[in-house]
Amino acid sequence: MASPDDLQFQEFEEAAELLSADPGASTLSTSASNTITTAAAGGGGGEEVKLDLSEDEEGQEESSELLGGQKPAGGFWTFEYYQSFFNVDTEQVLDRVKGSVMPLPGRNFIKHHLRSSPDLYGPFWICVTLVFSVVISGNLSTFLSEMGNPSYHYRPQFHRVTIAAVVIFMYAWLVPIGLWGFLTWRQGAERQVGGYSFLETVCVYGYSLFIYIPTSVLWIIPFEWLRWTLILFAMVISGSVLVLTFWPAVRDDTKVMSVATVVTIVVLHTLLAIGCKMYFFQIAVHVPTTAPTSPPLHITVATTPH
Amino acid sequence: MAAAADEASRPFAGLSDVSISEDIPVEGDISVPVGPSTRRRNDDEFSTLDEPVRETILRDLRAVGKKFIHVLYPKRSSALLRDWDLWGPLLLCVTLALLLQGGAADSDYQGGPQFAEVFVIVWFGSIIITLNSKLLGGTISFFQSLCVLGYCIMPLTAAMAVCRIVLVAGSGTVSFAVRLVVVTASFGWSTFASTAFLADSQPANRKALVVYPVFLFYFVIGWMVLTFSPSQ
Repeated sequence: MASPDDLQFQEFEEAAELLSADPGASTLSTSASNTITTAAAGGGGGEEVKLDLSEDEEGQEESSELLGGQKPAGGFWTFEYYQSFFNVDTEQVLDRVKGSVMPLPGRNFIKHHLRSSPDLYGPFWICVTLVFSVVISGNLSTFLSEMGNPSYHYRPQFHRVTIAAVVIFMYAWLVPIGLWGFLTWRQGAERQVGGYSFLETVCVYGYSLFIYIPTSVLWIIPFEWLRWTLILFAMVISGSVLVLTFWPAVRDDTKVMSVATVVTIVVLHTLLAIGCKMYFFQIAVHVPTTAPTSPPLHITVATTPH
Repeated sequence: MAAAADEASRPFAGLSDVSISEDIPVEGDISVPVGPSTRRRNDDEFSTLDEPVRETILRDLRAVGKKFIHVLYPKRSSALLRDWDLWGPLLLCVTLALLLQGGAADSDYQGGPQFAEVFVIVWFGSIIITLNSKLLGGTISFFQSLCVLGYCIMPLTAAMAVCRIVLVAGSGTVSFAVRLVVVTASFGWSTFASTAFLADSQPANRKALVVYPVFLFYFVIGWMVLTFSPSQ
């Protein structure tokens, strides 16, 4: 079977001439060869030959892209360009989510789970779900912690959706851009550092945020030690997904740069987790006075600054 | 070689001899008879400019009402998909946004969603879900999907109206339990109704990928309905 690189069609007229000169020449596919040979033999089917060849050429282009795995179809103004980023099945998405929750040493998320077909479905919807789960869980935990307080009036705190969306989407999209740019620059400078494509970086970051969704739901339980245990657990898991993915890429770099890169990744991830916890899951402290005649004094600590 | 070429060209030999203009007559009359009245011959197509305004409005209202009934009893029908319109979704969105107003007015920045926020969530949410389903390879058209998602907000709007009535009676635990049951039931109904219409347009191995954002969308709207707390 000829490899796709051998079948290069430069001119339709040249190929048609070649086929008409030698009708017995091997053609691309059985269905196309019949029409080509009959049309060429008939002599008057020049138009038909052109149509068939163009169809085959698109088919060949498609298969070479599938084999290459990374080139999307069409220009960035076509719908098909973006459709190629959503070319995933339910099974694949579930498999990638599982891989992000259970990082095993030696299993690079990109090489093992993405396998050259990164998608944007996972990162986008995981970010959206995380935004709403953090806001809703934070609201519920505030409500539960203030339930005994008679002067507390429940507030939906809907403005937090905007804040959470901005923070989480900026983290999930700007940090991969910076990291990808940095790795590409190092790859250009050092020539030994392996790089990942932009989509793969975004994909890893998006899927690594998945563990925070159940963690944020479990944060409703109002025990501080449990919350810190959960956040440490989640940070270890998602941090190790990121580290296991990016360590092989920067390992060949100078010691200082590779360690600095990995440390930066971990620190940014930690900042996101702790920042979300501090802002959305605030604990209110009430100090009621012991004297029953004076009105109870309520001091609320760490409320929203505005 | 000449004989082979001759035989090969024989299937096409007859084509050059056919002269269509003489053997097959192409005359005829293709105008459709409109009716017994000959005065209408100048108005071959049905013109909606001549009908009374009430008739025009009632026709659109009847179409919207028919779709509401389709949402009430969802079954896989293509009628809602074929004649899409966005009047119903607009009406429902405005009603829902208006009903969500007037809560917790003493501290606005910590309150429920503003009118514009409800609009943004409903319309941008629907657009994003439609884009998502099209990017995953769905066959439904853009406006048909917007129409379905918008109409299926109806159970949640009804639940919002019920919640406001319940809140007039009181806002204790019992009222919260009642509201929770009502909102959960209508959220399930909305999701079930919209997937009944949208599920067929997706390839089989991606149905869950399309249904999950719809679930999330109605969950967020249900959350907004449930957490509405009146000002005191």
